[in-house]
Amino acid sequence: MPYLDVRAVEKSFVTPRGVSRVLGGASLTLDEGEFVAIVGYSGSGKTTLISLIAGLLAPDAGEIVLAGVPVTAPGPERGVVFQQYSLLPWLSARDNVALAVDAVDGARPAQERRRRTDDFLALVGLTAAADKRPRELSGGMRQRVAVARGLAMRPKVLLMDEPFSALDALTRASLQDQLLRIWGERRSTVVLVTNDVDEAILLADRIYPMTPGPGAVLGPAIEVGLPRPRQRRHMSLAPAYQKVRQEIVEFLRGCRRGVA
Amino acid sequence: MRRSHVSRLVLPLLGVALVLLAWTALSQTVAPDLPSPAKTWTESRRYVLEPFFKDGEMNQGMGRLAFYSLVRVSKGYLLALLIGTPIGFMLGLSRPFYQAFDPIIQVLRPISPLAWLPLGLVIFRQSEPAAVFTIALCAMWPTVINTAVGVRSISQDYLNVGRVLKLSRVKMLTKIIIPASLPYVFTGYRLSLGLAWLVIVASEMLTGTPGVGGFLWQEYNSLVYSHIILSVITIGAIGFLLDRLMGLLEARLKAA
Repeated sequence: MPYLDVRAVEKSFVTPRGVSRVLGGASLTLDEGEFVAIVGYSGSGKTTLISLIAGLLAPDAGEIVLAGVPVTAPGPERGVVFQQYSLLPWLSARDNVALAVDAVDGARPAQERRRRTDDFLALVGLTAAADKRPRELSGGMRQRVAVARGLAMRPKVLLMDEPFSALDALTRASLQDQLLRIWGERRSTVVLVTNDVDEAILLADRIYPMTPGPGAVLGPAIEVGLPRPRQRRHMSLAPAYQKVRQEIVEFLRGCRRGVA
Repeated sequence: MRRSHVSRLVLPLLGVALVLLAWTALSQTVAPDLPSPAKTWTESRRYVLEPFFKDGEMNQGMGRLAFYSLVRVSKGYLLALLIGTPIGFMLGLSRPFYQAFDPIIQVLRPISPLAWLPLGLVIFRQSEPAAVFTIALCAMWPTVINTAVGVRSISQDYLNVGRVLKLSRVKMLTKIIIPASLPYVFTGYRLSLGLAWLVIVASEMLTGTPGVGGFLWQEYNSLVYSHIILSVITIGAIGFLLDRLMGLLEARLKAA
């Protein structure tokens, strides 16, 4: 039985212009310690899928099971790194992370929690900026705080919703490298949602392409099969890289043609 | 640069001069009972230059009278915040509470202080608590409504953070809901203070308590019209200062 099992979830929203069917039976499976990416066009329903796994929304049909337990409500064991960072602007970077540490390890002594908080800030290289408020930080630094907060929840699975999409290309690349390094050290179980095919290939073990909505579903998983640890600059030349990229792009294009 | 400097200093003075001119013209022509600016100043001088003299219950310097009024307003205002803030949070947080009480609030909100005051006198049988009651009841609504709007407009993103972290109700309130709605709450506080000061005159006039408003009404009855103008200007100046003070506090709060 897979660690995370998303079985044919459906979700529709009622809008003033009628019912909009966003997900039409999306399924995916994930093993412990695996890094899976979901790639699709903007607006196809990726964020909805993440919200369902997080438990922030309830599916109309289908089921989500994590480590044998059905998902019915949000909880820190499914840590989320939100698309818009969602840092609390009235708290310093440290306090944003501490909020998660306190929520998960509230029973531990204060000194230990403080150390744990500082460890997570150090992990994303923000020790020097710990006392700054989010608006004093650059976009990249904010997103690193959000990643630290997500990891501080000590989640069974970390859900990342287009975490780097709002950043410029250089910052994005550097954050991808950091995430790659952190994942290499910790082997967390991760679901990453992105519209960037190269980002997905760089980071993930397997990639699920998502068909454009309405009624989006996930296509068959594509194994990346590139050896780890991965290095950005060697990768794009590898034949395996080209092959995976080709497969994903063709799948997504094919879907779009089918719709249009 | 220089030009704007000049206009920032000269134009307001020009505005004041024009108003004084119109006032003088009015007192010379259609309203002979209206004291001219010069007469107002001569008759009011002592009240301004010796702001803390006290010759009797109602015959005191403007500083003293303003102090009485400010103390009264502070009591009513604090009461308004104490009652209004929790009501606002309840309205924003609880849908049933909102549905139960919003209609009543919408009906109570436009009621004038002149209507509340007799009721306050009936309830408390004394003028001082009745005045405070009236100020609180009239000044409370901006706090109630802004707080409720502030709570309801908290970004879903922030609330989702709290849900994912499974924060307790208390932590949700102290870590997310209160700080997120604080700017709205404070705007409510500022508007409430303006209203509280607006109400002071009506409540002092009707209860005859010593203060700027009480003085105004007494001097009207004693036919000392220049002192009405003195009171009006004092009320305006203090209201302006209070608003500026709250504005400064608000700016500091937002910068923090």
